[in-house]
Amino acid sequence: MTWVNAVIQGVMLGGLYALFACGLSLMFGVMKVINLAHGDLAMVAAYIALGVVTITHVPAVWSFVLVVPIFAALGYVLQRTLLQASLNRGVITTLLVTFGLSVVIENALQQFLSANSRELNIGSLVSDSFSIGSQITIAYLDLAILVVAVAVLLGLQYFLSSSRSGRMIRAVADDREAAQLSGINYRHVFGIATAIAFGTVALAGLAYGMYTQFDPTTGTTALLLYAFEAVVIGGLGSLWGTLAGGILLGVAQQVGAQYHAADQVLAGQLLFLIILVLRPQGITSRRELA
Amino acid sequence: MSAVGQDTQAAGGQHPRVAARGPAAGRVVTRSRRSALWAGLAAVVAIAILGYLPYLVFSDTTGLMVQFFQLLIMASMWNLLAGYAGLVSVGHQAFIGLGAYFVVLLAMHGLSPFTAIPIATAATGVVGLPVWWLVSRLRSGYFAITMWVIASVCMLIIIQISSLGSGTGIALSGLTQSPTLLAADTYWATLAVAVLAIAGIYALLRSRLGLALTAIRDDEAGAKSIGGRVGSVQRLVFLVTALGCGAAGAVYAIGQQFIVPTAAFDVSFTAEMIFITIIGGIGTIEGPIIGTIVFFILQQTLSADGTWYWIVLGLVAIAVAIWAPRGIWGLVSERFGIRLFPVGFYVWPAGEQPRRLLARSARP
Repeated sequence: MTWVNAVIQGVMLGGLYALFACGLSLMFGVMKVINLAHGDLAMVAAYIALGVVTITHVPAVWSFVLVVPIFAALGYVLQRTLLQASLNRGVITTLLVTFGLSVVIENALQQFLSANSRELNIGSLVSDSFSIGSQITIAYLDLAILVVAVAVLLGLQYFLSSSRSGRMIRAVADDREAAQLSGINYRHVFGIATAIAFGTVALAGLAYGMYTQFDPTTGTTALLLYAFEAVVIGGLGSLWGTLAGGILLGVAQQVGAQYHAADQVLAGQLLFLIILVLRPQGITSRRELA
Repeated sequence: MSAVGQDTQAAGGQHPRVAARGPAAGRVVTRSRRSALWAGLAAVVAIAILGYLPYLVFSDTTGLMVQFFQLLIMASMWNLLAGYAGLVSVGHQAFIGLGAYFVVLLAMHGLSPFTAIPIATAATGVVGLPVWWLVSRLRSGYFAITMWVIASVCMLIIIQISSLGSGTGIALSGLTQSPTLLAADTYWATLAVAVLAIAGIYALLRSRLGLALTAIRDDEAGAKSIGGRVGSVQRLVFLVTALGCGAAGAVYAIGQQFIVPTAAFDVSFTAEMIFITIIGGIGTIEGPIIGTIVFFILQQTLSADGTWYWIVLGLVAIAVAIWAPRGIWGLVSERFGIRLFPVGFYVWPAGEQPRRLLARSARP
């Protein structure tokens, strides 16, 4: 029964990972670039939320109302300036620039906000839970994060398939030159895609900050790798694949932790490597969004 | 300076028009210009002086030089991988950590740590083979992060091994020399690895493979389309960098004498390699050398405040990558036409002849 519980906890943790992964997946799908600062950006969002809560005294749960739009705007501006400038130089430059950004963000957080662990205080919600039988306990917060993740993926799916901006994003992702010939300003489309990705990463950062403690290094030591692993395990380009990948990763980690506490992270990474060996075609397969 | 490769000469044989405009029309092709000769002489003198250094200065100075050479080795390896083979890795700390732990393991079994350096290096290269098999199917960003995951996996596995000190670290045994002699030995070993690493890269780039590498650096798809065996060349380079980083890790272990997994597999190693290479000039042998000097001076002046040092470096590296992608050395060599490590060919315009010393190495 403890194993069943581990799987259920893993599924809910997977929701959090999918939330992290979908922004990474979206940016890769549209711009063909992996944003190595992805995890650190989530941490920035969490720290901004801390600031918002301190200043306005709103409950931490509602901080997303401010933080997500701020982050979306930040994403658009960053894409139109720094990231576009590096994209013009090529993929390698963009990788190096996002890596540099990651190092700068992590150290700036340490410099200005100290290396101490923080958390977004959500009162009793963090421990409230309900039980199924005697062994399985489900925290409301974990369930809420999973629901938010599914809602974000559904919303993203709907946006990409039904809205005008979404169609433009898919067009640019499929064939940038052809989209340009049809009169699409691809730089603006890149900006929109990055804004959405940053919005989701902000949400993921807030969820993580409520879920557990974080410090400036959490973004690189854990979140970036987990998000990437979820994308690869699920298969590139499919948002539902990302959810599946996040859930598989979460289950692997929780089952690993059940076996031995020190095996939690290793189990997830071994699953990732196994998928890489057995299903490499899942990695280089058709690239499409939604 | 126009670097004309061997392929141009081969093509010249098939296309008479090219040959007519080529060396036959009174032009001379050499590998080097005068600056390279002086550089070669300077290198010999510099190595001699560096080798003699432990007799002249105290061990705290040689200790600093050991750090310098370690950075130089790592950055040169990363530059070879990213600058020439087009493979950006953020996980080469895997090989540094493995090299360090192989030395620890060999020393535990009674081997002198210094004798263990070449064996640990080779062992790291052997580990590099399956790693390459795993990551070779991946492109750009995927390759970069998967290497990071592999480094993380290596660390997590070593943390599980209690005989290697688990997560708390392990002292390197077998260092029985007096502190002064140990410092000197460490210095010589690190210097030797650094000289071998750079000489090896230089030889590699001057060989026929170097031509393929330069072609891949300039345009990977283009290199493939004219028949460059991109895959096998990349594999060779990847293994060379695994060996080089393994050797750097081995001397790192001797320099530290106490190895902690989180430090030996720290992504900061790769951050240093990346920033040094970008700032110095990616895709040249000189770049990482210049970059390491700049980096080292920055480190010594800013190290009082560790985070500021990384913030400044990161911002400078971002700016250089976007606005001056050829780095410091790129700007210098463009301005003055200098090449210290000539890996291409130089075509002298008709009427202008190189000095006799250089002409001897000319290819008619």
